[in-house]
Amino acid sequence: MKIHEYQAKEILRSFGVPVPNGAVARTPEEAEAIAKDLGGAVVVKAQIHAGGRGKGGGIKLAADPAEAREAASEIIGMQLVTPQTGSEGQKVKSVWVENATDIDRELYLGIVLDRARSRLVVMASRAGGMDIEEVAATTPEKILKEVVHPGVGLQPFQARRLALGLGLEGDQIKQGVAFISALYRAYEETDCSLAEINPLVVSKSGEVLALDAKMNFDDSAMYRHSDIYELRDVDEEDPLEVEASKYDLNYIKLDGEVGCMVNGAGLAMATMDIVKYAGSSPANFLDVGGGTNVERVKNAMRILTSDESVKAVLINIFGGIVRCDRVAEGVVAALEDIEINVPLVVRLQGTNAEEGAQILENSGLEFTVARKLQEAAEGVVAAVQNAA
Amino acid sequence: MSILIDSNTRVIVQSFSSSRAMGGEARFHLQQMLDYGTRVVGVVNAGKGGESVDGIPVFDTVSDAAEQTGATASANFVPAPFAADTIMEAADAGLPLIVCISENIPVLDMLKAKHYLADKNTRLIGPNCPGLISPGKCKIGIMPGAIHREGRIGVISRSGTLTYEAVSQLTDSGFGQSSCVGIGGDPIIGTTFTDCLALFKDDPDTDAVIMIGEIGGTAEEEAAAYVKAHFGKPVVSFIAGQTAPPGRRMGHAGAIISGGQGTAADKMAALRDAGIHVCESPAEMGATMKRALSG
Repeated sequence: MKIHEYQAKEILRSFGVPVPNGAVARTPEEAEAIAKDLGGAVVVKAQIHAGGRGKGGGIKLAADPAEAREAASEIIGMQLVTPQTGSEGQKVKSVWVENATDIDRELYLGIVLDRARSRLVVMASRAGGMDIEEVAATTPEKILKEVVHPGVGLQPFQARRLALGLGLEGDQIKQGVAFISALYRAYEETDCSLAEINPLVVSKSGEVLALDAKMNFDDSAMYRHSDIYELRDVDEEDPLEVEASKYDLNYIKLDGEVGCMVNGAGLAMATMDIVKYAGSSPANFLDVGGGTNVERVKNAMRILTSDESVKAVLINIFGGIVRCDRVAEGVVAALEDIEINVPLVVRLQGTNAEEGAQILENSGLEFTVARKLQEAAEGVVAAVQNAA
Repeated sequence: MSILIDSNTRVIVQSFSSSRAMGGEARFHLQQMLDYGTRVVGVVNAGKGGESVDGIPVFDTVSDAAEQTGATASANFVPAPFAADTIMEAADAGLPLIVCISENIPVLDMLKAKHYLADKNTRLIGPNCPGLISPGKCKIGIMPGAIHREGRIGVISRSGTLTYEAVSQLTDSGFGQSSCVGIGGDPIIGTTFTDCLALFKDDPDTDAVIMIGEIGGTAEEEAAAYVKAHFGKPVVSFIAGQTAPPGRRMGHAGAIISGGQGTAADKMAALRDAGIHVCESPAEMGATMKRALSG
C-alpha cells in the first residue's frame, strides 16, 4: 500500500526523523494560512502517489503567503502528468506546504528487502535527488549498503558507517546516525515494504532533513496497523480495482482487449501471456481464487466486462479442489443475472471438466468451450478479431 | 525414490481454530491427504489437546505431538497472523520438514522465522504454497492428488494452479512425476529452486526437472547459475508474467517487478544461457519436456 508524502512525513516525524516544518492544505486559503504560520519562503508540493512531480509543475517555490496561495491555486485541481502517471495524469487534491530549505548537499537513504539474502538492507548514496535505480545500474560503487541482522536489527555502528560514508561531518554525524536509526525503527514498527528519503539534505545551516519521503507498506501486515490502513487513498487507484477489492478479488487493469478470469495467480499470469502469444493482449489480471462460488464469479464478470476496451472474455479454470461443474454452474448463474455483450470462451480442465462442459452446453447460453489452453487462447483471439 | 517425502513420512497437521479441534479448510484437506494415503498421525491445536479428528489424536503443542507420534513433518494450515510463530514452534520441536500453506504472512514475521530456522535441522517449504507431493506415496498440501502420476520428472514451482496445469500436461504427454514441490509465491520462502534442484540432482529416480517461475526477485537467475555449473539432467522452464506491468503485485506477494529487477525477459535469458529449455507459451510445457528428453 502507498501513502502520500505528507502522510509519510507525519509518520516519520512521530518516530523522530527530522522533516521540514509544514502542513497539508486542501484549498489555496489553507495554503496561505500555513505559509503565514511557517513564516519566510515555502515550498508548495502536489500530493499524488506518483513520483517525478517537479517535472510536471507540481512543486513550486513561494516567497510569501500570497505566492503560496497563488501556487496552491495552480496546483490543486490540476491533472498532474509525471513520468510515472501515464499520459492522462493524476488529479491533485491537496498540497503540502513546508519551509523552504537552503540546500547544501543532496543525499539518498532507503530501506528495502533483499529477497536473495532474506534480509533488510539500508542503502545510502551521495548521489541524492537522482533516480537511484539509474545510479545502481550505472555506478553501483556509489551506493553504500548495510545488511540488517534480523535477530538484532540495525546496529549503531552500521548507522555510523553509513553516516560517515555519506561524508557527514562534525555534529552532522550524530544527526545522521539518529536519522538513520529512526527511519529503520519506523520501517520495522509500521511494517513497511519500502522507505525512501530522496533527497535527504544537509542544509546550509548544517541540519540533516528529509526533504522528500516515500513509504510503502506490506499489505499482509495491515491487519495490525488500522491507523495506517486508514491512509489508503482510493482516488489514487483505478476505480475498477477499488471495486474488485471490495469483494476480495485480485484484479489489475491492463490496456489490452481480452478480459481474463482465472483461478490462481500463476495461472492468471500465464493466461495473460498466452493471450499475447496467440496475437492479442490481456485487458486485466484477475484471480478469482480457490473458493469460487456464484457470487464471486458474478462480481468478477461484472467488473471485468465493465472495462469498455474488453472485446472478448476468456475464463480459464483449472479444477483441482474446486470442481469444474461447480464453476460452470456459477458462470451460468452469473450470466443469467448480468448481461454480457462480448463473446465468451470458457476453458475448463481438471476435476469434473466434462460435467462442467455439459452444464455450459445445456444452458442455452452462447459459449465457446475449450479443453486445452492453446485452443482457448486461439478461440478468444479469433473472437476479438471477428468483433473488430 | 522421491525427494523430501515418501510413504514413511509421518505428518502432523497444525491448525488454529478456537471453536473446534480443526477448522473447515484444514479439515477438508486433512481428509484429502488421508484419502491419498498420507500417514497423518496427529493434529496440533492449542487448547484442544486430548480431542480427536477423524480418529486422529489432537495435541496442544507440536512437541507433545512429535514425542508421542514420531512425526517427521508438519502441514501448517495456521492463519497468517499466527503462522510464523507456529513455524518456529515446529522447528523448536525438531521436526525435519515443515510445509506452510498459509498466504499473507507479513514479510517481517517471515524474516524472523527464517532466521530462527537457520541453525535448526528443519527445512521449510513455502509459505503461500500448495505443498508437495510424491505421487503414489505421500501428499502434504492442497493439490488435487488425482492429476498426478508416479514417474521420473521433478516439478518445482512458485505457483499453485499453474503447477497443476504443468503436471496435467506432463501426465498427458506420458510423463509421471517423482516429486512436485510448490515452493511458494512469497518474497521470503524457506526452500528455493536451487535447494530443490540440489535434491533432484541426487535423486536417481528423477530424470529431468521442470521449473515454473514467475516475475519478481532473482531466484530463477540463481537457479540458472546452479544448473549451468552443477546440474546434468535436462531442465524445462516456463516463466509466468511476460505481460505483467512493472511495479504491480500480480496476486502473489513475490510476483512484482521492482527497481527494474525480476522481469520475465531477464529470467528467460538467464535460463536459456544455462542450457535450459524455456517455453514461451504455457501450453507447451509438456511438449517441451518431450523434446528435451528425446534430444
